[in-house]
Amino acid sequence: MTPVETDRWHYLRHAAVVATFSAVIALGLGIAKGGDWIQQLVYAEAIGLSIWACTDFGRLLFKLDPETHWPTGWRMIAMQTGAVIVGYVIGTWIGDQYCGCSTFEVWRHSARTFAGYLVLCIATTVAISFFFLSRGRDQRRLRQIATAQRDASEAQLKLLESQLEPHMLFNTLANLRVLIGIDPPRAQAMLDQLIAFLRATLSGSQQPFHALSAEFARLSDYLQLMQVRMGDRLQTRLALPRDLADLPVPPLVLQPLVENAIKHGLEPHVGGGRIEISAERSGTHVVLRVRDTGAGLAAGASAAGTRFGLEQVRRRLQTIYGAAATLDLRPAGGSEGGTDAIVTLPA
Amino acid sequence: MHATALIAEDEALLAAEMRAQLARVWPELDIVATVGHGAAAVEAALRLRPQILFLDIRMPGMTGLEVAQAIAEDWPDDCAAPLIVFATAYDQYALQAFDHAAVDYLLKPIDATRLAQTCARVQAALAAQREAPAGAAPPWEDALGQLRSLLATPGLSGSVAAAPERLQVIQAGVGNAIHLVSVDDVAYFEAADKYVRVVTDTREHLIRVALRDLLPQLDPQRFWQIHRGTVVRADAIAVAERDESGKLTLTLRGRPERLAVSRLYAHRFKAM
Repeated sequence: MTPVETDRWHYLRHAAVVATFSAVIALGLGIAKGGDWIQQLVYAEAIGLSIWACTDFGRLLFKLDPETHWPTGWRMIAMQTGAVIVGYVIGTWIGDQYCGCSTFEVWRHSARTFAGYLVLCIATTVAISFFFLSRGRDQRRLRQIATAQRDASEAQLKLLESQLEPHMLFNTLANLRVLIGIDPPRAQAMLDQLIAFLRATLSGSQQPFHALSAEFARLSDYLQLMQVRMGDRLQTRLALPRDLADLPVPPLVLQPLVENAIKHGLEPHVGGGRIEISAERSGTHVVLRVRDTGAGLAAGASAAGTRFGLEQVRRRLQTIYGAAATLDLRPAGGSEGGTDAIVTLPA
Repeated sequence: MHATALIAEDEALLAAEMRAQLARVWPELDIVATVGHGAAAVEAALRLRPQILFLDIRMPGMTGLEVAQAIAEDWPDDCAAPLIVFATAYDQYALQAFDHAAVDYLLKPIDATRLAQTCARVQAALAAQREAPAGAAPPWEDALGQLRSLLATPGLSGSVAAAPERLQVIQAGVGNAIHLVSVDDVAYFEAADKYVRVVTDTREHLIRVALRDLLPQLDPQRFWQIHRGTVVRADAIAVAERDESGKLTLTLRGRPERLAVSRLYAHRFKAM
């Protein structure tokens, strides 16, 4: 939060702005009508600053909008009308004291001239108030933009952290270290997969779409990395029909689902199991499916850990496709049990 | 120095590498078993009684910590307590907890120098165990204290980190009906595979929840864990009795059966 509207100095800044405006008006009147220039200035400053004081301190009597620090709706109009009347009377009285004449005499001689002063005064007040109010709104908007940007980058950081899950990364490196000693060609292959996975994760957020075939290739890299670690406990099956290979999808949109299937489905399951990733056309939609034969949803896996990944996928689908895309998580049918995560996209 | 050890690690490559690394820094160490999941680790450790346990924290079925708990509870009295070294790739809670409890741990990938240090420390502890006159100090107390402190670390024992709302009423499905059981009426909870038995004075129910998930929802002042599989309402306990072998058993007010207290929780029962 910028303290601009809440600190003590803003009163002085407002007063300075009003004083400047008033000086300009006095100058204008002096040029247009002639007469005593100093006297014009005293009137203008006295009226201007009186109305300012009534406005700037008067608003504290009302309930203020926490963002703009101004009253809202009818209160704003009432406060402003009151401030103009009271401020005008006080300011005029001060001016009269200075020049030793009576402005209210003017009213008696020429109601038009008096009305002219009054209109000028009201117009100026409205203009200055509008100036402050819109400045307050601008500052609020800037603050909102800054907050939104901070939220967005925090979410992105969290997403990255979840994709580069440190536990997965260090375990993969530990395996790699072993393979370098006993099976260098396999170590190289594993390193290539790790590089492809890291590159996709780090640049994934920069492009809005990639082909479904690229998505499957990245998931395959990830699963092969996991296979080195889990051995026979992880079996995989990826099925991508040729006519869907070029379908544009948000990069790594399925990654959190596959990670959940491993982390909450297969890893805690002593016997391990199988992960199947498939795509199929269904009417006007494309159905992407991540299925595991692991521990299943009931085994406490639907707890906080899975939610972040699911929430991420859901939010991305919502942003890109609106209500046209869905994500469903349900117990997989069949005798093997496990979990079925289903993403439906418009084709 | 000759000694026996067990390795529990679910990733085959890492388990093989640990064997190889141990063979280099401690050639006389005899690895009596290498197992790939928690339940197998408990079974093999109790059967073979190795002096040292290398336990991975994240394993299928049970975490390394749950393995340590089960072994500590069921380990026979006539045999020196095993020395436990935990291994983890990355756990934000674990490292602090290990440091705090002064438990030895290894970070994967395992650094050879670090492994040598750990082995030296374990050898020193084994030597001290050997030199201590029999029955001089309770051999378990240090290890149990460490384990208690680890089990109390939120997020490490595999349970939910912070206690959500306290549970007031248990909803147990019986056929097509849901029976509501006030926690005030529960004598004790007992883990039964993936279920928990909810036992009142008059009857019992099965609920489909793991004890480790139920535990954070119970008031720890009123419900005492006395075994990895048993949680008793303190008010329901009538007598705690120690038999000649030192085993502690509870008699309840409203139930005929007697409940065993494991050595991990025996410290709760002391005369005022």
